[in-house]
Amino acid sequence: MPDIITSDGQIKADDWTVVPRPEEGEVLTLPEGRVLIPADMWLANRAQYPNKETVGVWLESHDEPGMLADAVDELSIIAVNFPKFTDGRGYSSARLLRERFGYEGELRAIGDVLLDQLQFMKRCGFDSYALRADKDIELAAHCLNFFSQAYQAATDTEEPLFRRRAL
Amino acid sequence: MYVYDEYDRQILAERVAQFRHQTARALAGDLAEEEFLPLRLQNGLYVQRLAPMLRICVPYGMLRSEQLRRLAKVSRDYDKGYAHFTTRQNVQLNWPALEDVPDILAELAEVEMHANQTSGNCIRNTTTDQFAGAQSDEIVDPRPYCEIIRQWSTYHPEFAFLPRKFKVAVNASEHTDRAAVQVHDIGLETVRNDAGDLGFKVYVGGGLGRTPMVGPVIREYLPELDLLTYLEAILRVYNRYGRRDNKYKARIKILVKALTPEGFADKVEDEWSHIKDSPSRLTHEAIARIQAYFTEPGYAALEDNPEALVQARAESKAFDKWVTRNVDAHKKPGYAIVTLTMKKTGTPPGDVSDRQLEQIADVADRYSFGEARVTHQQNAVLADVRQDELYDLWQAIKPMGFATANLNTLTDIICCPGGDYCALANAKSIPIAESIQRKFDNLDYVYDLGNIDLNISGCMNACGHHHVGHIGVLGVDKKGEEFYQISLGGSAQRDAAIGKLLGPSFASEHMPEVIEKIINVYVENRTEEEAFLDTYRRIGIVPFKERVYA
Repeated sequence: MPDIITSDGQIKADDWTVVPRPEEGEVLTLPEGRVLIPADMWLANRAQYPNKETVGVWLESHDEPGMLADAVDELSIIAVNFPKFTDGRGYSSARLLRERFGYEGELRAIGDVLLDQLQFMKRCGFDSYALRADKDIELAAHCLNFFSQAYQAATDTEEPLFRRRAL
Repeated sequence: MYVYDEYDRQILAERVAQFRHQTARALAGDLAEEEFLPLRLQNGLYVQRLAPMLRICVPYGMLRSEQLRRLAKVSRDYDKGYAHFTTRQNVQLNWPALEDVPDILAELAEVEMHANQTSGNCIRNTTTDQFAGAQSDEIVDPRPYCEIIRQWSTYHPEFAFLPRKFKVAVNASEHTDRAAVQVHDIGLETVRNDAGDLGFKVYVGGGLGRTPMVGPVIREYLPELDLLTYLEAILRVYNRYGRRDNKYKARIKILVKALTPEGFADKVEDEWSHIKDSPSRLTHEAIARIQAYFTEPGYAALEDNPEALVQARAESKAFDKWVTRNVDAHKKPGYAIVTLTMKKTGTPPGDVSDRQLEQIADVADRYSFGEARVTHQQNAVLADVRQDELYDLWQAIKPMGFATANLNTLTDIICCPGGDYCALANAKSIPIAESIQRKFDNLDYVYDLGNIDLNISGCMNACGHHHVGHIGVLGVDKKGEEFYQISLGGSAQRDAAIGKLLGPSFASEHMPEVIEKIINVYVENRTEEEAFLDTYRRIGIVPFKERVYA
């Protein structure tokens, strides 16, 4: 069972399995245990997956997070895939899920998740990270906290620095 | 100019420590080259074929003399003793060692300098008019807004991996646009509404490169307090929908074109409607706080055109010419804005030695309140010089070599005296040069065009070396009227060649548009990094002929 890292730097065993999108013409087959399935497939068959403790969803980087706007309370975990770490769309998806659609459950970064992007992800509302297997998870806590201050407001900081400075 | 507080210092110190950590991991092999790439780029470090290059940020072109001296020191200690002024108001070191870069950044941080986001697919240094705060036709000083944007864009967590680089420029001058805002990803132009409140006209999707485009206006008036939330909305739309499949189609201009400016504006407005009242909305206090750093220096009460200046101009033609060319009007009576040209013949444009950097620092201290500016024409500006000290300054900078201009660009025109002064000439040449310079007054565009030698001779004696210009212009006399022949493809370099005649000659008033057509053919046909002469050699003269004589 691979480990994941959380925003406070804890390393945890992970029991969610990401189920890839089935090939054209094939059906979704779920393995044993807790699964993350493509968000649109979950939406299309919501009634089939009533237990949010065993089924969650994942979004591809180009998916519209708005598709989950009225379903955020029915999910305990949403993952956002980074197909390549240079694909920055997932940062916007995360902020929208948190700030626009009010999602409060676990928000996980999956895919090409490396050390040096962890703090950006945290700032955009992710709270768990499936670090790519070849990366040293022991460094993650350090990399999550390179910066003690930020100029902008983001999901983790309601007030931008120009307002905090004014105090 | 802006001075760091504890927050800025802390954030920058953490950035240096972060990059030290990243560099160590890269050198140890724990970070793959492609993983390190965007990290080092966003810290200014390119690795080119011959050596690394470090692009140091000069926010909106402003430098204090201590910063110039530190740049000199760094270029001496870590490089070959010279630096290079870029067209985006930054400074580059050409030969730093990769493993030294964290130390260089630490030394720069001591004087509140950095290399943040000077490269990579992120929000780059915000640029503005090099005369900001000193010129008379300014609606407001744009620099506080540039600083506000700098802070907002620095390590923005959502926008560190955009589809492509992203450049913002701000102009606040009523009659000029030295910031070239319409050819930036976002151009901001200050405007006042009918009530007299400050705001911005917002251009999006301008740009040069392979697909030059003038950015359309997507909002005529954006209240100043909404600046950051609106930028955030634009960037979010771009981050989510900009193309990522083809780097040549990834700039925001392609997205704006695909959606149409109206369609793009609708998306931005929709996004903005959700965030416009968030805590990221600016406050008057926050703006005033930044503006307080850009207060006027201690100007003396003086009069324009003091006797000392008038007399010196009358006595020295060379000085008078320099004042005419390199000195601009200042908003304060008795002061002037001086451009130090950094392009001594034989030196690559924009290159400055460590000693020259110190000399600029010295004259800045002596003549201009200790501040200098880098221009995107790769020159330096002393913005607050007393008119009665112009002659002393001129005397001081002449031996330093700061009196030539624009080497190797389209506006660096070689031009004989021509019919205005020379008895041999068939035609005037200086007014042609000037009319072409006026047509191509957007210097970012000219620099993007790369090396182009434009040489003008007023007669066949060819004192203007027109035969060996990439673009050559020759004045001819046709029945008492002045006409101009154009030749293309000449070169005075090792690959020397005589230019080929394009065709029949043109009247003087048509020359700027003819040159523009020639340049357009080049821009449309060039491949990445291909210089004018190479494109010409590859495609031949026919496409130019067809366009010009269409």
